[in-house]
This record gives sequence, C-alpha cells and structure tokens, in this order.
Amino acid sequence: MLAKIKTVLSSLMLVELLKGMALTGRYFFARKITIQFPEERTPMSPRFRGLHALRRYPNGEERCIACKLCEAVCPAMAITIESEQREDNTRRTTRYDIDLTKCIFCGFCEESCPVDSIVETRIFDYHGEKRGDLLYTKPMLLAVGDKYETQIAADRSADAKYR
Amino acid sequence: MLNIEIDGKAVEVDHGTTIIDAADKLGIAIPRFCYHKKLSVAANCRMCLVQVEKFAKPLPACATPVADGMKIFTRSKAAVEAQKSVMEFLLINHPLDCPICDQGGECDLQDIAVAYGAPASRYAEEKRVVLNKNIGPLVSTDMTRCIQCTRCVRFLKEVGGMMELGMVGRGEHAEITAYVDKSVDSELSGNIIDLCPVGALTSKPFRYKARTWELTRRPSIAPHDGLGSQIEVHIKDGKVLRVLPREKESINECWLSDRDRFSYEGLNSPDRLTVPMIKHHGEWHETDWKTALEFAAGQLKDITNADGGEQLGVLVSPNSTMEEAYLAKQIAHGLGSSNIDYRLRQTDFRLDGKRMGTPWMGCNIPDLQEMDRILVIGSNLRNEHPLLANRIRKAVAQGAELSLVNPMDDDQLMAVKHKAICTPNDMVNVLAQILKAMSGLQRLSLCLPKSLNDLLETVRVWDNSQAMAESLAGLGKEVDLVSPRTGIFLGNIAQSHPRFTELYSLAEAIASLCGATFGILSPAANSTGAHLVGVLPGEHGLNAKAMLESPRKAYLLVNVEPELDCHHAAQARQAIAEAECVIALTAYKSEALEHADVLLPIAPFTETSGTYMSMEGRVQSFTAVTKPLGECRPGWKILRVLGNTLGLSGFDFDSSEQVKNAIFGGQKPSTVVWNSLNNNLRELIDIQVKIKSNVLQRLGEVPQFQSDAIVRRSPPLQKTRAVQAPVAAMHSQLLTELGLDDGEMVTVKQGVASVLLKAKRDDRLPHGVVRVPTALPVTSLLGDLMGEIEVTRA
Repeated sequence: MLAKIKTVLSSLMLVELLKGMALTGRYFFARKITIQFPEERTPMSPRFRGLHALRRYPNGEERCIACKLCEAVCPAMAITIESEQREDNTRRTTRYDIDLTKCIFCGFCEESCPVDSIVETRIFDYHGEKRGDLLYTKPMLLAVGDKYETQIAADRSADAKYR
Repeated sequence: MLNIEIDGKAVEVDHGTTIIDAADKLGIAIPRFCYHKKLSVAANCRMCLVQVEKFAKPLPACATPVADGMKIFTRSKAAVEAQKSVMEFLLINHPLDCPICDQGGECDLQDIAVAYGAPASRYAEEKRVVLNKNIGPLVSTDMTRCIQCTRCVRFLKEVGGMMELGMVGRGEHAEITAYVDKSVDSELSGNIIDLCPVGALTSKPFRYKARTWELTRRPSIAPHDGLGSQIEVHIKDGKVLRVLPREKESINECWLSDRDRFSYEGLNSPDRLTVPMIKHHGEWHETDWKTALEFAAGQLKDITNADGGEQLGVLVSPNSTMEEAYLAKQIAHGLGSSNIDYRLRQTDFRLDGKRMGTPWMGCNIPDLQEMDRILVIGSNLRNEHPLLANRIRKAVAQGAELSLVNPMDDDQLMAVKHKAICTPNDMVNVLAQILKAMSGLQRLSLCLPKSLNDLLETVRVWDNSQAMAESLAGLGKEVDLVSPRTGIFLGNIAQSHPRFTELYSLAEAIASLCGATFGILSPAANSTGAHLVGVLPGEHGLNAKAMLESPRKAYLLVNVEPELDCHHAAQARQAIAEAECVIALTAYKSEALEHADVLLPIAPFTETSGTYMSMEGRVQSFTAVTKPLGECRPGWKILRVLGNTLGLSGFDFDSSEQVKNAIFGGQKPSTVVWNSLNNNLRELIDIQVKIKSNVLQRLGEVPQFQSDAIVRRSPPLQKTRAVQAPVAAMHSQLLTELGLDDGEMVTVKQGVASVLLKAKRDDRLPHGVVRVPTALPVTSLLGDLMGEIEVTRA
C-alpha cells in the first residue's frame, strides 16, 4: 500500500525527470571529453601499430635487405617479397607487397626486422575504394616512410630504451 | 672389435674407428665443421671436442681412434665447456650478416651456435675483413664468413683431383684463396657450395634469389649423362631455382657434377618454345594444340600414304625418356617406317644386329673404384662423365693402374700408368697390339677366333702396348696380381669413332682374354634405355647416319637439334631444310628448326614424368616437379595424342606409368633389364686393322657444356672457363708443316663447308689430328665430327 502511494507521489512530483535533468545538467556544465575527429585526435603511444612503412637510411638508401624474416614470421601471410642481387652486388627486394586486407597488425614484421626497415606507423585512417587499393607495394610503402620519417624516427628513439 | 661406451651407451666398433664415427653409429650428435665422411680428417675446427675418461684434456672426436674400454662423454661439463669456448672463438671473426646470407636457414654454424654456443658475445673488438675472391661464374664467395675448416680445399684436392683452393697466412691472417687470378675450374666445383658449413661459398646463379625455407624440394633424376645421378630440385612459385644432389652412395655418393647442378638455368631460358607453331607460306603462326596435331598428322599421313613409310625418318634424342622413345617408335612402326634411331652422333653402324643385347657399362658404378686395372678407350672422362672419372680417380688413388687409349691427352687429374695418344686410326692399331701382347702373355691365342688370329699376325707390338697388356693382365713390377679386377671401357669418342666396330671387337676380345669387365659408357641419360626400348632401325630401316645421308621426305624429331646433336652437322642441316615435312617436338626454338613445318613444345625433364635407364641398367622413374611452361606438354602425352590423331591403335595411355608398363610388358623392370643387358657379340665381324691414311682427321669432341639443349642454354655454365670460342687445335709439328702460326686465322674445310677459326698450338694432340669441337653454332656448318678435314691459311 505504502509503496503504491510512494510511486504515485514521485510520478506526480516528476522526480525521475528531475533526476535525469540533474545528470544532464551536470554533464552540460562539465569539461567535455568528446574528440572532434578528424580536427582533434587522441594521444597515441609511440608503439602504435598502424599503416606500414619502409624506411630509408639518412643517405637515401633503402634499409630493406630482403632477408624475408617478416615474410616468414607474418601469421596472416600478408607479405610477399621477391629479391635479387642489385647491380652494386647488394641484396635487395624487387617486390615488397603487403596485403592490408590480410594484415592483422600484430607487429611481428617490425619485431623481426634486423635493420628497422619495415615499421608500423601511427597512421590508421587510410582507406581504399577498390579491393586492390589496400595492396601496398614497395614504392607506396617507401613513400609512406619518406613522408613520416621524422615521426617514425622519433617514435623508435622514444621506445628504444624499453627494447 | 672394441667395446666402448659413449654417454653411458655401450657399443662395439671396428679397430681404427674414430670417436665421431662411433657416435654417429649410435645416433649421438657431436657438433662438427671440418669433419666430412668423404674427406680426409683435418681436425682444425676443434668443434667436436669430447671428454674421454683418463685424459686430462678434451680430445677431438674426428681424429681420435677409439681404444678398447674407452669411456667418452659428449655432454659432460668439461665437454660442454670446451664446445662452448670453441664456438665463441669461431664466432669472434664471423660477421653478423645472417639476414643477407644465402646460407641462412641451412647453416651449420647457425644451428650449432644456437645449440652449443653462448647466448651473447663477449667480443667487443673489431672483426677482421677478408676480401672476396672471384673464383668463377658458379661459386660466389664471402670470405669474411669463412671459418677455415678447409673442407673446400680438401674436396678439390682429394675428390676434384687438383688443389685449386688453398690456405695462406697464419692465425688471424689465414684465408682461403685460389691461385692468383685463377678461378676454380673443376667440373665438380659446385660441391664446395654444399660442403661449406657457413655462407663463405654459395651458389652464384642462386645468389639472393630465395631463402631456404621458401623452397619446395622435389626428387628427380639428372638428365645430362648416363650416370643417372639423383637430384633434388628446389622450386619457388613454379620456377626451378636450384638443384642439389640427393645422397645415393651407389650412384653419385653425395656429389653432383656442375653440369647437372647448374643446367637448370637453361630451363628458364627465353628460348623456350611455349606454344605450338605451324609454318604457313614461310611464316610462323602460333596455334592451338588441336590444329597443330591435326596438321602434323595430316602431313605425316599424306607423305607416308603417297611415298610409303620408308620416306619417314624418326630421330629421337638419347636424352628423351623411355616413354617418349617408346611412343615415337610406335608411331614410326604405325606409319610403316622402320627408320628410327637415337644414336645421333654415331658413324659406324656395322655392329647393328650383331650384338647379343643392350650395350651397357658391364658393371655397377661402385665396382669401378674397386678395380685394379682399368683401360679406357676413346674418352675424355672428366668432360663426359665427371662423377665416373671421380670413381676411377678413387681407384687409382688406391693403387689401380689406369691405361688410356685416346686421340688427345687431356689431363684427367689422376695418375695414368700407361697411355697411347694416337690418331683415331691408330687407336685401332694400338688395341690390336694390346690384344696380340695379351694373347702372348696368356698363351691364349688359341682361344681367339681364327679371323682375329690371322689379323694379328702382321701386327708388331710396341713397348707401350706390351706394357699396357701386362698391366691389364695383372703383371706388375713388384707384385703380380693373381686375378686382378680389370675393366675395359669405351667412351663417347670411341662410340662416334668411324671405326667403332674395330674398337669394340678388339676391346671385347682383350676383355675376354684377361677376364675383364667390358662395357661402354653411355653418352646420354637414356642411351641404354632407348636401346632397350628398341629405338633402332628395323631390318631394312635406315640408321641415324643413313637417314641424313639419303634424305627423307618427312622427319619426326623428338628433342633433337639436328645441326648440334647429329654427327654430320652440315648434312643434318641440309636434310632438314630440304625435307617436305618436318615435325619437331622441341623444348626450344633453335636455328635449324627454322626449316621445320610444325613445332610442338615439349616439356623438359622437370615438367614431365618419365623414366631414364642409366648406363649400369638402373631404371629410375621420376615425376614432374613443376607445371609445364605455357602450352608445353609432356612428350609422352604429345606422342600419344599424335598417335590417336593418326588413327593408330595401341595409344590408349592415361599416364606415363602405363606407358612404362607397356615397355616392360607388365614385368618388373629389373627382370627385363637383366635379361637384356649384354655386351657380347653374336658373331665376329670382318674387321681391318691396318688402314694407312695420310689425310688430316678431325677430332670433333662434344664440349662438356654443349652436350644437350638444356645445358647449351644455361648462362652460368656458358660463362665458365671450360667454354671457349672454338679453335682448330693441332700439334706444333703439324702447325709448322702447314706453315701456320699459333693464333692466326685459318679456314677449316670439310667437304664444301668451311668456317674461319683460330689455329691453336696444342701438343696434347697426336700428329695428323685437328681438334675442332662439335655441337657449337660456329662449327655446326662443318661435316662429320671424325671425318677428313682441311686446314689452310685464311
């Protein structure tokens, strides 16, 4: 009986509504946490595993030596490499493809690389309009590396002491 | 027998066994770099140190013979410590370049370092660097990686026969090097790649192409000589990337000749024919299989119907599989032709029908190294059969006496006791002398047929021949052998000799007098097999030589490049050009086949299943290791469908296995083979010993890397020092007589054909012989490979 009266009273007094409005009011005046993507971005770890890149040495020489350890370790079989002897007798890739539709971004390729050539960058908002667009070839990966080298290098040095 | 104990396990071993052998017998792993079961013991890597009870210091297992009651510990604290320390020393100067090293993944040093080494290095000083050596187009060097195990040095000295690599310097400065500005030219040089326990010696054609874990390994049989070496073909993405030996003690041991190892590069040649082609009004058109086969069948039928089957000639390469050979024979017979042959480079066919069976080697391959006396007639052993030469070298090293009767004195890199270097004509004479001397020695002249005895009457025996006969009979300076194991073998040169019959009959007679094994060394992978299958002219059929001498209207060529594979290049070229219809099953587009009418792309040995029979009668079947390139098809399939299209019966085969069963009549191959192998002659043929001729004779030898179509198209082999521009080589005396200078250009003429070549002084040749190699594009204009030749100043 008493419970019934309580219910009637609270619904007449709009208690639930006021409670809700109080919560709304609290958040209305509180500091906002929503990020206005893409104008605003969340902070990221230097270990972030996004789009892959192939790096070069400061003198412009590509780092990759076609050891194929990344190809061997890749659990998704996303990497395809072909190699040959370049004219200066060094071991180089003629093909370095990553199929990003297969890639699971585990970071093993980066871990296995003996020359820090293949790396995963902070870039995660890329897209393809056709299926083939996400098959990244060697020039595309090198271009990513060239564009973001400063960031990549900074991330590697920030993480170096934990390795 | 000695009783020893290794790691607590008791074992009984022979006297003189080393610890490492005993451990291998027990299956206990002892790490090693310099030790190899086929090479002498060097004990310089020290990796195999083990602890032996009652010895203060650890002992090298590879160099320590066991003693009775020895207790050996391979994993005790002292042994492990010793191994770990040695590993640390070995790694001091070894570069950390495993990621770019072709040996990575199949490297003894990598494996043993993981198993026996320390997890990290304490060495922080500078590492040494050793300059790379250029030792030829087959083996690539990274000398900084070398750990001085000297396996390569010992291999080239002990197995290869010539010390082409050696170690200079001491301690820190020790390095492996070839002679100044010299490459490693051994015909077995590729084996040092397999032997090298690190990545110091790697394959040059394979360099940086793939990592070992990416390769699919499939077994196959080497198709370039009659040995039938077992190989392992390594494939990536349907492409053959390298060839390694499979270990087979009774055939190729663990070695492989360079020709078998590096010929695979010819499989990826741009010359490969990948679509069937038909010639219409002098122009080539690509077409599909149905059209091509119907066109070919139509042409063959038209000619055989109009002019009879005898107007068709079928030439089968001795490198074709037994299945291909069998089906080609069936087609020839089906079309009413008995003109079929595989002996493309033979010139003397008088023995046809006189033999009791299929000619073969006469013994098994390992028997060679057990022989006491060996006579080889007309063979450039190292060129023709590199691994067989190695067996003979082993026999010679164990004290066997080797005699050679050859028209050239090429260094066989082994001790030759007696040699007769004479003109091809005189070879017959020398054999007759040996026979006479032998019959005198054995007092067995009565055993010889009268016709032979009469022949020998006028023969005067030279000292050298007498000595050879004595050696073959087992008489020696110190010790006379009671019953020597003797072998007499005829090589490739003897088989293309214009008087092969005489050589064969005399050699057989010598062999029967001294109880020797007598055999012929088959020149190609399936020569013996093709004979067994019966790819031979029928009763009134023409042999390979006659087919080209009296040209046919139609030819069916199976795997043949006429101007390079036949004994008379000019004749072959002309016969093919003038024929009305030439159907060629070929893997390559070749110049001489420009005159063909239909080109049918046939799959080489890696892309077809089939069977080869080696010179010792071993029947070895293999399967395709990759898919056929383009529209290529296995030869047996092409011939089968051609048979069907021709409307012939007996061509209902669905697999090469069925063809093989048809060949052997459903019996076990070995039964059929052992019943048919026989070198004896059914009857003696009239032979002549004394033929005097004063004409210059050509010695047209097939160079090692020109032996068949695949080898000819392998770029690394063609870059070796063994391949040189053809010259007209002759003895200095002959050079003077002809008024020529060394190195000047001369016109070499055979019949109407002539080519310009450089004259070369070569005192290894007898007087009266001009050595002009065959099977080369330049010399393919010339005639008979052992025929008359004229040389004049250009």
